[in-house]
Amino acid sequence: MMAAIELRGLTKVYPGGVRALDHLDLAIPDGEFFALLGPSGCGKTTLLRTIAGLETATGGAVVIGDRDVTGVQPGGRNVAMVFQDYALFPHMDVSDNIAYPLRVKKVARAARRARAAEVGARLGLEHLMDRRPGRLSGGQQQRVALARVMATQAQAFLFDEPLSNLDARLRLEARTFLKKLQRDLGVTTVFVTHDQAEALAMADRMAVMEAGHIRQIGTPAEVFRRPANTFVAAFIGSTPMNLLDGVVRDGRLEVAGCALPVPSSAEGLLADGERIVYGVRPEYNAYASEPAEGALGGKVAIMENLGASHLVTLDVNEVMVQVVVPEGREPAVGDQGYAVPRRDRALVYRDGELVTG
Amino acid sequence: MAPPATPADLGPPPAGGERGHRHSVDAAGLGRLRAGAFTAPALALIAVFLVFPALWVLYLGLTDYRLTGVAAAEPRIVGLDNFLAALANPRFWGSTWLTVQFVAGSAVAGQAVLGFAIAWLLRDRRGPLRRIVEGLVILAWILPSAVVAFLWVALLDPSDGTLNAVLGLTDVAWLIDHPMLSIIVFNVWRGTAFSMLLYAAALESVPPSHLESARLAGASSRRQLRDVVFPHIRGHVLTNLLLISLWTFNDFTPFMLTAGGPDGRSEVLAVHVYIEAVRNGSLGYGAAISTIILLINLVVAVCYLRLLRSRR
Amino acid sequence: MTRFALGRIGFATLIAVLLAFFTLPLLWLASAPLTSDPTYKVAAPDLTWENFRTILEHPYALPSLYNSLVLSAGTALLVVLLAALAAYALSRVRLPGRDALLYVLLLLSSIITGTAAMVPLFQLAVDLRLIDSRLGLILILSGGLLPAAIFMLKDFMDSTPESYEESARVFGASPLQIVRHVVVPLVRPGLATIAVWAVANVWGNFLMPFLLLRDVEKQPAAVIMYTLYTEGGQADLRLLSTFGLLYSVPVVLMYLIVSRKYGFRFHGGIKR
Ligand SMILES: Nc1ncnc2c1ncn2[C@@H]1O[C@H](COP(=O)(O)OP(=O)(O)OP(=O)(O)O)[C@@H](O)[C@H]1O
Ligand SMILES: [Mg+2]
Repeated sequence: MMAAIELRGLTKVYPGGVRALDHLDLAIPDGEFFALLGPSGCGKTTLLRTIAGLETATGGAVVIGDRDVTGVQPGGRNVAMVFQDYALFPHMDVSDNIAYPLRVKKVARAARRARAAEVGARLGLEHLMDRRPGRLSGGQQQRVALARVMATQAQAFLFDEPLSNLDARLRLEARTFLKKLQRDLGVTTVFVTHDQAEALAMADRMAVMEAGHIRQIGTPAEVFRRPANTFVAAFIGSTPMNLLDGVVRDGRLEVAGCALPVPSSAEGLLADGERIVYGVRPEYNAYASEPAEGALGGKVAIMENLGASHLVTLDVNEVMVQVVVPEGREPAVGDQGYAVPRRDRALVYRDGELVTG
Repeated sequence: MAPPATPADLGPPPAGGERGHRHSVDAAGLGRLRAGAFTAPALALIAVFLVFPALWVLYLGLTDYRLTGVAAAEPRIVGLDNFLAALANPRFWGSTWLTVQFVAGSAVAGQAVLGFAIAWLLRDRRGPLRRIVEGLVILAWILPSAVVAFLWVALLDPSDGTLNAVLGLTDVAWLIDHPMLSIIVFNVWRGTAFSMLLYAAALESVPPSHLESARLAGASSRRQLRDVVFPHIRGHVLTNLLLISLWTFNDFTPFMLTAGGPDGRSEVLAVHVYIEAVRNGSLGYGAAISTIILLINLVVAVCYLRLLRSRR
Repeated sequence: MTRFALGRIGFATLIAVLLAFFTLPLLWLASAPLTSDPTYKVAAPDLTWENFRTILEHPYALPSLYNSLVLSAGTALLVVLLAALAAYALSRVRLPGRDALLYVLLLLSSIITGTAAMVPLFQLAVDLRLIDSRLGLILILSGGLLPAAIFMLKDFMDSTPESYEESARVFGASPLQIVRHVVVPLVRPGLATIAVWAVANVWGNFLMPFLLLRDVEKQPAAVIMYTLYTEGGQADLRLLSTFGLLYSVPVVLMYLIVSRKYGFRFHGGIKR
C-alpha cells in the first residue's frame, strides 16, 4: 500500500523563468516522515506540488513506489495532499468532505458515510460530521483535512504547512497528534514547513532547501548538531549559531582576537594560515565571569530572556558572540564575561562547507 | 541517473515513460484541448446566430438594400454611400447627440451613481429594510419592458397620471414637453438594479479592516470613499460603466414611451435605426448606421479598457 | 449627538425618496386590474375579478404565458449550461486572445439585439427552416445572450480559489467531475443570477418572437400584450393592466424563489 518516493534531477522552471527547483535529487524511503524545511520562496511548495503532479516537471523524474509517475495526472499518482488553507469544500458538510475521495471513485453513498464516520471518529470529529467547514475552528478544519487524506488510503501523504494556520498552543498539540497519527498509519509523508522547530520535533529525516537546491539531508539530530554548511547552520536552531571569521595559526584558531583550540571534528584537517568560519551554537557555549583558557571574552552588550535561560550577547572586540546562560547565573549588561565553546560541539567551515573527517 | 543540465530544460517537458505526459498546468487539469471542447458549443452558437448575422449587417451597410421595391430583390453594392449619407444627415447627428445625453444622463450619471448610492447606504444593513429596497429596485429591472413602458405611460399621463397628481401639477405632458428627461429618468428607474447589485458585491470585497483603519484615522465618509473604497472597486466601476453604457447605447425601450417623438426630439440612435430601416424601409442605410453604432461602441469600450489597464 | 440625529434623518429621508421613486410607477399595476373601469389614475380599486375573468376567456392570453415560459426556461437552461462551461474553461486556461475575443463578442451582441439585425436574422431563420420553431428561437436568443453571460460568469469563476479544484484533482477527480462537484456548487449564486437575468431578458423580448413566430398559438406574452394594445385601435386598459399583471407575476415569483434559495447577488462581483 505504501511506497517510497524518489526524485531524480527534478527541475521546475516557471513560465517567466523562475527556476524554483534545480536538479534536485531526493530519496524518501517507505513509511518515513520526511520534513522539508527552508526559507520562504525556496521552492518547498513547488516541490510538493510537483510530486503531486499539480505542476509539470520541466526536467527529471518523480518515482513513487516503483512507478515513474512524471507524466501521470495528479489523480493517477495515488498520493493525497493537505493544502496550506486546507481547501475544504465550503458547500459540503464534514462527512461529505472526508468522503469526497471516495465519491470520485463512485463509491455508494452509504459506504462513503460509513467510511467518513470511521475516519472521523478516529480523529475525534464524531460530533461535527454534519457541520459545514465555515463553522469549524482552525484546529477542527485541520483535522477534517487530515481525515479526508486518510480516507483516500493513498500511498503517500503530502502536507503543505498544515499547521501554519493554527495558534501557537494548538500547533504544539497538533504536532504531537500528527506525529502519532503518522506512526500509526505508517504512510510515507512529506511535510513542508518553514518552522524549524516543527521539522526537528516531528521528522524522521529532514531536508533543508535553499533557492531550489537541497543543502542538507539528515536526521534532525544530525542537521542540528552538524549543519553541513553555513547556510544550514545559520538557518537551523531557535537561536542562530555563532558564525565567526577566523584564521588558523600555530595549531589554534584566532577568532575575534582570541585564541581557541581546534574543535575535535576538525582536528588534523586544517592548514596553517587558512581562513575559516568558526561555528558554535549559543547552547554549546559555557559562560564564565572569570577569564578562562580558550574563551571568547568581552562586555555583555544585550540580555534576552528565553524563559528558563538567558541569551547573552557579548561584544568580543566588536564581534557579537551569543551564549545561553542558565537561570540564576545571569550577568548584568556591561559586565565582563567569557564564552567557552564546547570543543566537541564547535564546528569549522571552510568556504561555507563543514570541515569534517 | 539524473540527466545532466541542459538549456533544453527550459523547453517543453521531456517525454515521460507514460502517455499523457504533457498534462496541463491549470488548476482544473483541463488542458487546452478540453478547454476548447468546453467553449466550443457556446462559440458555435454564437458564431451562427450572432457573429454571422452581425457580419451580414456590416455587409448590408454597403448595399442599397430596401424592404420593398426593386432594391429589395436585387440589392447593389454602393460602397460607402450609406455612410456618407448618414454623415450628411442632420437627423443622424441630432440622434447621436441625443444618444450621448441618454447614455451620460441615464447610465453614467443615473444608474451608476444611484446604484452605488443605494449599495453604499445599505452596505452594512441586513434584514427587511435592505430586502425591501433591493427587491423593489430589482423588480423594476426584471419586469417585462412592455409592461414597464405601459406603467410609465400611465404614470406620466398629463390628465390622470400619478406623477402630476403627486406633484400637484395639471396638464404637464411629460412625454411631449420633456421627452428626453422622461426617457432618461425612465431608464434610471429601469436599470439601476444591475449597478446596485454589482456595487453591493464590490463593497463586500473591500476588507473591513481598511475601512476601520481609515475611520480610526478620523477620515470622513467622503475621504473613506475616495481613499479606501474607490481604489479597491476601481475595476468594478469600469466594468459596470462599460456594460451599462453599451446596453443603454443600444436600448430600444425608449421607443415604447415616445416613439422617438415628438418631432424626433427623443430619437436616440437605436430608435433612429428602427425608423430608417423598418419604417422607411432603407435597410442598407439602417445597417450602415448600426455599423457606425458598433464603431462608437468599440471606441467607448477601448477607452474604458485603457482606463482599467492604466494605474494597475 | 445632533450630527448623529441629522445623519439618521438624512438616511431616513433618502430611503423614503428611493422607495417612493421605485414604488410610484408600480402602483397602477396593483390597482387597475382590480378596478371595473380603470383609467390612468391610481385609485382605490373596487376589487372586481371581472377583468381576470375576461382575460381567462381570451383565447391566446393564458397559452401565451405558457409559451413565454417554454421560451425563457429553454433559453435560460441553454445559456447557463453553455456559458458555465465556456466561462470555466476561459477562466482557468489561458487560451490565446481570450480577452479580446470576449470583448468583441460583447460588442457584437449589442448590435445583434439592435433592430438592424432583424433582416439578417429573419433570412437566416428562413434559410435554416427555423421560422415558427420554438427551438430555433431559443437558439437565436441564446446566441445573443451568451457573450454577456460568459463575461459575467467568468468573473464569478475567477473569484473562486483554485485550491479547491487542485485538491479535488489530487483525489483523482476528472475535469467534468470537478465542474459538477466543486465549481457548480461554488458559483451557484452566480448561475442563479445569470438564469434570472436570461429569463427576464427572454420574458420581456418582443422583437424576436414577433419576427420569427408566425403561428399565434406559439406566440409569447410579449407579443400578445402588443396585440392587446393595438387591436381595436383604442387601448383597452382593463385587459392591458390585467394581462400586464399576470404577465409580470411569474418573473417576480421566480426572483423571489431564487433570491431565497441561492441569494441573488454578484458575489465577488464583476471586475476585471
Ligand atoms: N505559479 C508560479 N509562477 C511563477 N513563479 C512561481 C509560481 N509559484 C511560485 N513561484 C516562484 O517559485 C519560487 C518558489 O516558490 P514556492 O511557492 O515553492 O516557495 P515556498 O518555499 O513554498 O515558499 P513559502 O514558504 O513562502 O510558501 C518562488 O521564487 C516563487 O516566486
Ligand atoms: Mg509554500
